[in-house]
Amino acid sequence: MQKFKKILIGIAFSPSLKPNLFESIRLANMLDAKLVGVHVGKKTKEKEEQIKAILNDAHDLKNEFKIIWQEGNPVDVILETTKNQQIDLLILGALQQENLFKYYVGSIARKLTRKAPCSVLLIIKPSVKKIACKHIVVNGLKDNKTEDTIKIAIGVSNDLGCKKVTIVEEISQAELDVNVSDDKSLRKATIVKERIKTREDRRVKNILKEINCSNISIHIQSIFGRRGYSIGHYAKVKRADLLIMNAPTKLSLLDRIFPHDIEYILSELPTDVLIVK
Amino acid sequence: MAKKNTFKTFISDIPKNLFAGFVVSLIALPLGLGLALASGAPPISGIIAAVVGGIVVALLGGSNVTITGPGNGLVVVILAAITTLGAGDMQQGFLYTLAAIVISGVIMIILGFLRMGSLGDFFPSSAIQGMLAAIGIGIFAKQFHVMLGNIDAKGSIIELLIQIPNGIIDFIKTDNSSMFYAGIVGIGSLFIMIFYSKIRNRYFQLIPAPMWIVVISVGIYYYFDIFSTSQYPIDKSLLIDLPDDIISNFAFPDFSKVLQFDFINAVIAITLIASIESLLSIKAVDKLDPLKRRSNVNKDIRALGLATVISGFLGGLNVVTVIARSSVNVNNNGSNRSANFFHASFLVAFILLFAPELRKIPLPALAAILVYTGYKLASPENIKKVFNIGKEQLIIFLITLFTTISTSLITGIIVGIVVTFIIHVIINKDALLFIKNILKPNVLMFKEDDTYYVSVKNFSTFLNYTKLKSKLNQIPENEEVIVDFSLCDFVDHSVMENMSDYTETFKRKGGHMEIIGLDDSKSGSEHPFALRKILPKQIIPRRGVLTKRQISLQTISKNMHWKYDAFPSEEINKIPEFGYFKTRQINRVSNILSNDNCSIFDIQFSEGEMIAKQVIKATMLYIELEIDIPEFTLDKEGIFEYIYHFAGYQDISIDEHPDFTKRFYLSGKEETKIKEFFTDSLILFFESNTYYHIEATKNGLLIFGNERLASVKEIKALADFGIRLYKIIS
Repeated sequence: MQKFKKILIGIAFSPSLKPNLFESIRLANMLDAKLVGVHVGKKTKEKEEQIKAILNDAHDLKNEFKIIWQEGNPVDVILETTKNQQIDLLILGALQQENLFKYYVGSIARKLTRKAPCSVLLIIKPSVKKIACKHIVVNGLKDNKTEDTIKIAIGVSNDLGCKKVTIVEEISQAELDVNVSDDKSLRKATIVKERIKTREDRRVKNILKEINCSNISIHIQSIFGRRGYSIGHYAKVKRADLLIMNAPTKLSLLDRIFPHDIEYILSELPTDVLIVK
Repeated sequence: MAKKNTFKTFISDIPKNLFAGFVVSLIALPLGLGLALASGAPPISGIIAAVVGGIVVALLGGSNVTITGPGNGLVVVILAAITTLGAGDMQQGFLYTLAAIVISGVIMIILGFLRMGSLGDFFPSSAIQGMLAAIGIGIFAKQFHVMLGNIDAKGSIIELLIQIPNGIIDFIKTDNSSMFYAGIVGIGSLFIMIFYSKIRNRYFQLIPAPMWIVVISVGIYYYFDIFSTSQYPIDKSLLIDLPDDIISNFAFPDFSKVLQFDFINAVIAITLIASIESLLSIKAVDKLDPLKRRSNVNKDIRALGLATVISGFLGGLNVVTVIARSSVNVNNNGSNRSANFFHASFLVAFILLFAPELRKIPLPALAAILVYTGYKLASPENIKKVFNIGKEQLIIFLITLFTTISTSLITGIIVGIVVTFIIHVIINKDALLFIKNILKPNVLMFKEDDTYYVSVKNFSTFLNYTKLKSKLNQIPENEEVIVDFSLCDFVDHSVMENMSDYTETFKRKGGHMEIIGLDDSKSGSEHPFALRKILPKQIIPRRGVLTKRQISLQTISKNMHWKYDAFPSEEINKIPEFGYFKTRQINRVSNILSNDNCSIFDIQFSEGEMIAKQVIKATMLYIELEIDIPEFTLDKEGIFEYIYHFAGYQDISIDEHPDFTKRFYLSGKEETKIKEFFTDSLILFFESNTYYHIEATKNGLLIFGNERLASVKEIKALADFGIRLYKIIS
């Protein structure tokens, strides 16, 4: 099973630097991973001291913390670092719409999410204090990557001490293949739905068989809605603390014009999102 | 819905459908003639449409008790098409219009195959109301003059309306006796239409009002013909004109103008109105169906399209589903599509057998029927209804109405849609809400504990209603549904109206649907269909218009003799003592239902601070106890999310009840006291009831299910649980 051994965090000297660092350090400790920080810009005395001051407040790191200082285009620098340092997980912060409880991913973070060769964790609400992760939602759609994603989700929830995982199967209209137009087709659609649900449940249960998840309560839920978008909606409704998804298989220009899957999530983050590659 | 011997039912139902078809044909005959005349088309074209429609849709349609034929809405469009395409020559204009009708039929078939039956949902309901009222005024304005014996009145709808007072004066002063007597017949007919429903005589009511008009006016002719010495005073030009040889004299469409702008315009208008009128009627008739069947809208649209094509080739008008005739069908126990077929057959029989008699019907008599229908469409009651829903709806209604009257139907409905959108933007002071979210699939549905849960995000208006509708349509109507709008910033009138329809349908078919998440919203009026804007979280309404949920809560409280306060002013001070709220900040409490010791309330609280803040709304039950009890939490085994504030305490096992221990997670500080407190009867109570999360302080219990607002049904269950639990404990 894949494990996150090296975590990268971008360091920008903004008001959210402290919560961002705290969150990363906590995560690195929980996952027992090394932490790498990268700052795109000049290395100065003040900046170094600022970081030092924050680190003094924070919990002690289990493993080493390395900071890389490099000037250039933020996207290029960070992508390069993920390759050079063999990073497993990239942490990015989301932005919040003014006065609204809605979060989205800024343009730089969006580019990074699409291009990063490693898994990406988008955090909507980094905080200095520890907030327990109580409920993780993970996608269970029929895809080659899903098995890995579910395994990682179980691993992560063990590490974070999360006791509840919901595996969500999104059943799309196209898959249903029955249009409801009258009572007869409605009955048929309901039967087909049940059948798909049972089939999907069985598939997910097969994946779960191989995983040891005795101390986590796992729930399987099928939802009806647009793939990639509705799972975010579900996570929001259920107030999950972390949403874990497969990385999309391909992203062409067309996908950005007609957003689907992950693009929806990026424009409206329901909660913290981990995209597994 | 067992599949019984359908053929046998069909055969045994034939007599009553035959009768229903007969009664409908009595109305369809004068209406068909009248609607065709009002459209400026030959009278027989209306009957052709009804006959073809009745046969084709009965054989191929997807609805059950609808009647098809020429529709009110089309009068205005077809008249406009005939006048503009004919450029003065009504006969030639009619042939061009027939071509437009054929093509609009083809388009409807295509729409049906593309499953575009949902197209009608993109029109805001106030705009549709405005358009229908405009059609009514259009029919009224023109036919009022015909009713007074003046068939030469010409001009736009507004001009015709202005001419009405003059028309009345002319009618009184006229020395043209033919016109005068025709007018008398017209006014008499109008009185029959108005007072028909007031006369509650069983034998009189056997024949519908329009048929009475036909029978009486034809009777008068024969009186003059046979008994009276004087001449029949009404001139032949004011009598209905049917071709001598009805069966062989079909008009044939002229396709030579197909590529002209006017023609295309006419096709669009005809298709638009035909589909809207049909869709509205099918939806309305489904509500009347005693067998509660659901129509296959797209199949019906295809059948209507095909019928329109055939009707057009035979020189008939458009075929649409018509509400008034359909409701007559239902009232006379029509139970399946054969009624529609019989109605067509009777029409054929009438035309073949009674053509000479029908030729004696004066035009003003038919015009009176239309004046009445026109008035019904635009009656002041309709305007009042719209106003009751909200001022903004009246603005939309009136703008659509006046634009339609002064320009054309297409312009009218487009302006209506635009105005609705602009008003929504103004109400929300935010256009981005709509622009950014319009394409997002904003509806999530999932099934949880045998209840369908539908959550709608961002906004829900006519713009994206189809997304919600397609989800709701997939739910069998005998199931439980909760529709949650709490993630929505704005819900408009069209959606509210449709939700109310759905609630009705679910109720009728043995299911249950409830709307939640709108209690914090602001609405423009007290009407249940009024649009609702969800207020920003900081503003707390002290007083407001109760939502349907709040009204039901009020009713329940009366039934149970509990108190209900929708917008309580005093704070509840016991709740924050519970462990659950140690880390959560209570913002406000509302909708309190209470008796002496139990209170159920909606609570809004937040978790986290600053940017990590999340606002949650949930329904909970609080029980106040007179005795002291040990602090504990009780949960279904396997739900770990609530218990962390008691971390460090293990699951307390009660040895005599291994099953209870297995199913429940009980924790608390004073293990021995808790064990004493959980008596056999209490354990039995928990084992035999629904799981709730239960927390106890020294003398209070906090009970709740999911961390969300509960539906009225769930609240009832919760109240019952609370009452019984209280009894056992004290």
